[in-house]
Amino acid sequence: MDVENIIYHGRIKVPYKWYVGETGSRFFIGLRDNKELWGNRCPKCDRVYVPPIKTCWECFVPTKEWVKLKDTGTVESFTVTHYSEGVAPKDVPIIYGLIKIDGADGSLLHFIGDVEPGDVSVGMRVKAVFAEERTGSILDIKHFVPSNE
Amino acid sequence: MEKAGIVGVGQTKYERKKDDTFAELVFEACTGALTDAGVGIEDIDNVITVSNDFWDGRTISSMAIQDAAGSYNKDVSTVEGDGVFGAMYGMMRTLSGSFDTTLVVAHVKGSEGNMNLITNAMFDPIYQRKLGIDATSSAALQARSYMEKTGATEEDFARVSVKNQGNGVNNPYAQIREKISVDDVMKSRKISEPLKLFDCSPITDGAAAIVISNEKGMKRFKKDPVWILGAAHFSDSYTLGYRDLTNSRALEAAAKKAYDMAGITNPLMELDVIELADAYSYMELLWYEGLGLTPKGKGADLIRSGATAMDGELPVNPSGGLLCAHPVLVAGLARIIEATLQIRGEAGDRQVKGANKALAHGINGPCGQAHGVFVLGS
Repeated sequence: MDVENIIYHGRIKVPYKWYVGETGSRFFIGLRDNKELWGNRCPKCDRVYVPPIKTCWECFVPTKEWVKLKDTGTVESFTVTHYSEGVAPKDVPIIYGLIKIDGADGSLLHFIGDVEPGDVSVGMRVKAVFAEERTGSILDIKHFVPSNE
Repeated sequence: MEKAGIVGVGQTKYERKKDDTFAELVFEACTGALTDAGVGIEDIDNVITVSNDFWDGRTISSMAIQDAAGSYNKDVSTVEGDGVFGAMYGMMRTLSGSFDTTLVVAHVKGSEGNMNLITNAMFDPIYQRKLGIDATSSAALQARSYMEKTGATEEDFARVSVKNQGNGVNNPYAQIREKISVDDVMKSRKISEPLKLFDCSPITDGAAAIVISNEKGMKRFKKDPVWILGAAHFSDSYTLGYRDLTNSRALEAAAKKAYDMAGITNPLMELDVIELADAYSYMELLWYEGLGLTPKGKGADLIRSGATAMDGELPVNPSGGLLCAHPVLVAGLARIIEATLQIRGEAGDRQVKGANKALAHGINGPCGQAHGVFVLGS
């Protein structure tokens, strides 16, 4: 027998607050107050992390030394995303980049903006554009734009 | 050394928007596995359930399916991760000697939530989640990195979709059963470039269960077991950007350990069939390399050569893989089930003739952060 299948609609909404910790807070304060990117160096493998990390995941030792980084870098990878669930404060298409910040190892995930999607390429030089209003979050960087520096 | 084997398998048909509740799917998969094993729930000593709160839309989701998993009055434990790790845990519980038999069950109803939002929530809320990144856009970054590093092309990725969707036609459990061409993939809607619609696995509902037994427990079962010859599970770094996305070290480590246990030195020659986690087309090429089937950077050459096609020397994903049905969490267990059916010679139209040694693979976390590998044999 065919039975009408009833669907129940709901939504889970729970507010959270995540403590950023001393290491991450220092990074965000640098963005917010001075438009500066700070990373930290592992004493064992010499890798410079940005965002900074309290413990080198590879060497399993605490990082200690803070390193002031440039606000420029190179696009290691990118994608042009044609959908949005409204999480990102951007209109589609959204361009995400993995950006190797000068002086750091690994790469930073962020937006690439002010550029036609077709003009983005791996190896392209980019520079951070900081948000006008900065609150101490990853969105204090508005996006990275192509740069000739 | 004490051994463990798979003595029963059960899976629902994989579909989008299944009417049953997830508990009902769990019951269907568990009874299927028990029937296949020729035993009743009383022959099961302990139960492992695999679930995720975000997918189920409730907290402590594992507790919501205990009735359906027949776990009343039994020792239970739960896994939040891919089903391949549930199987690993279930195997360990029998090998510990504390239990002789384990029922492992995984479920998901992808159609009930929102894949993009749920996978967005797997990223760090402080540094990455606000950017809106999710499973698909992060995979696209990995795909691009892989192309840059190896010279693989979007057509190479399309070849994986064409092969696996072609195979899926032969799998009655698969959700997508439609042959496509490279041209179809290339012309499909852009999702997150370079990934297009047919490079991406679908949203799927379903459940799967297996029964694992140690040697002592085997007398309860009539069928010959499929033995677990090797099994391992490794993880890499979490934060996107910290690890090299084109170097699947965790898979290499997991495969090496599983091969060492199984006495395999040349996987391409010694394995008869592989079922792996092709959540996105390009992943299959990257996992070829991690599994040691081809030198690093040469994944595209392997798909082009036809070696992994149904009539090739080592068919990969005769079931159609995740590209034809991607029940998240269930996927790894489904790969183990497919590998088991192959070794039994019960894989129907998708049977690889004479398959005697099979590998099943599962992933967890963004861009294949963690990898589980099982080597099975008769």
